[in-house]
Amino acid sequence: MRLTQGAFSFLPDLTDAQISSQLDYCLQQGWSVSIEYTDDPHPRNTYWEMFGIPMFDLKDAAGILREVEACRRTFPEHYIKVNAFDATRGIESLRLSFIVGRPSEEPGFGLQREEGRGRQVRYTLRSYAAERPEGQRYGEK
Amino acid sequence: MNQGTQQIQQAPAVALDLDAVFRDSDVAEVLERLDNELIGLAPVKGRIRDICALLLVDTLRRQAGLNTGAPSLHMNFTGNPGTGKTTVAMRMAEILHRLGYVRKGHMIAVTRDDLVGQYIGHTAPKTREVLKRAMGGVLFIDEAYYLYRPENERDYGQEAIEILLQEMENHRDDLVVIFAGYRDRMDRFFGSNPGLSSRIAHHIDFPDYTQTELLAIAHLMLDQMQYALGADAEATLRDYIDKRRHQAHFANARSIRNALDRARLRQASRLFAQRGGAPLTRTDLMTIESTDILASRVFAAADTHCAISDPSVVPRAGTQP
Repeated sequence: MRLTQGAFSFLPDLTDAQISSQLDYCLQQGWSVSIEYTDDPHPRNTYWEMFGIPMFDLKDAAGILREVEACRRTFPEHYIKVNAFDATRGIESLRLSFIVGRPSEEPGFGLQREEGRGRQVRYTLRSYAAERPEGQRYGEK
Repeated sequence: MNQGTQQIQQAPAVALDLDAVFRDSDVAEVLERLDNELIGLAPVKGRIRDICALLLVDTLRRQAGLNTGAPSLHMNFTGNPGTGKTTVAMRMAEILHRLGYVRKGHMIAVTRDDLVGQYIGHTAPKTREVLKRAMGGVLFIDEAYYLYRPENERDYGQEAIEILLQEMENHRDDLVVIFAGYRDRMDRFFGSNPGLSSRIAHHIDFPDYTQTELLAIAHLMLDQMQYALGADAEATLRDYIDKRRHQAHFANARSIRNALDRARLRQASRLFAQRGGAPLTRTDLMTIESTDILASRVFAAADTHCAISDPSVVPRAGTQP
């Protein structure tokens, strides 16, 4: 099951040239870009691991793209996303976030039902990959 | 191969208009400004023209389907203090941007402090960070010879040089690196880092300004500051430049700027001392008189035949041997 989180996730994977022009737009707006990765892509897992520190004062996307490639090399079977943070007063939050790397196989999520008091049903999501310990998910040893 | 020869044969069919490419690039305007605002520096301007011509011809070659390897444009500027190395580097970023060689056309000026770390493992990320910021533009390394300190073998400068080398080679189309420094020290620096020297295509030497050029520079600066010279101030200024040139710590255009700044101070004091008299006119506010320049210590020092450097010309920390 293909993970759909962040912008552009219903489109086919962006090429490096497309990622580069998205990043150029972010830099033009004066947002600072950071890279994060995880192997626990639960929708409520908002805090992924940072890959390096956020990149400030950049003018060109080439530098970010190289970091993305470095991250892909280090974590070939992880999810990798790029965040653009807008520091303008009153906004001070992420403006854009999209996935730039994903594992070769995505087993997806299982829906679990729990029957509570008065036959009330509670639902929860469980990632099949997250059943294995961290670092061994998505076919990594 | 076959395809290549075909394209060469096709080439004359395409209209190749060097004039049109030149007009579209807006480079003419930058070159003109370079000519007007930078006095002297003939070898520098010549080299910049050569680079412009090469890049324009490359644009045409691309249109004609010919092979164009990205030329290596890393540069090395050597020259005495105040000969305009930084100014030219800034112009260079703009020119290269107009010619489409660099994507963004900004210039990041750094010195040793920005590249070299303080402990083991600090240098590489620091240098990479700077390189990342310079991507798509020009990285200007001022006083580059400080990167290499042979007297301390545990110095981290060498590591920064190695990373620079690697990036200059691998990411030629992403950034242009310009080194700058005084002639003799840069020569020694490149002597101990031969790999670096051979990877820099353009070694440009900035000559010292002549007396006439310095005077022209002074006029240009006065114009920009909206001042004018009084009746006999012109001759006094020429005299001043002549004397100042032969004193210690002379820093070409920078010394001229400092001298003019001090003349402005004296002019202001003079006008202030005259208050209560006739109301000042616009011309009064603009005019620097001969006395404003004559009050300089340079004349006093020259008169007593001892070449004391002008104490108000404080050299930038670390720039003077």
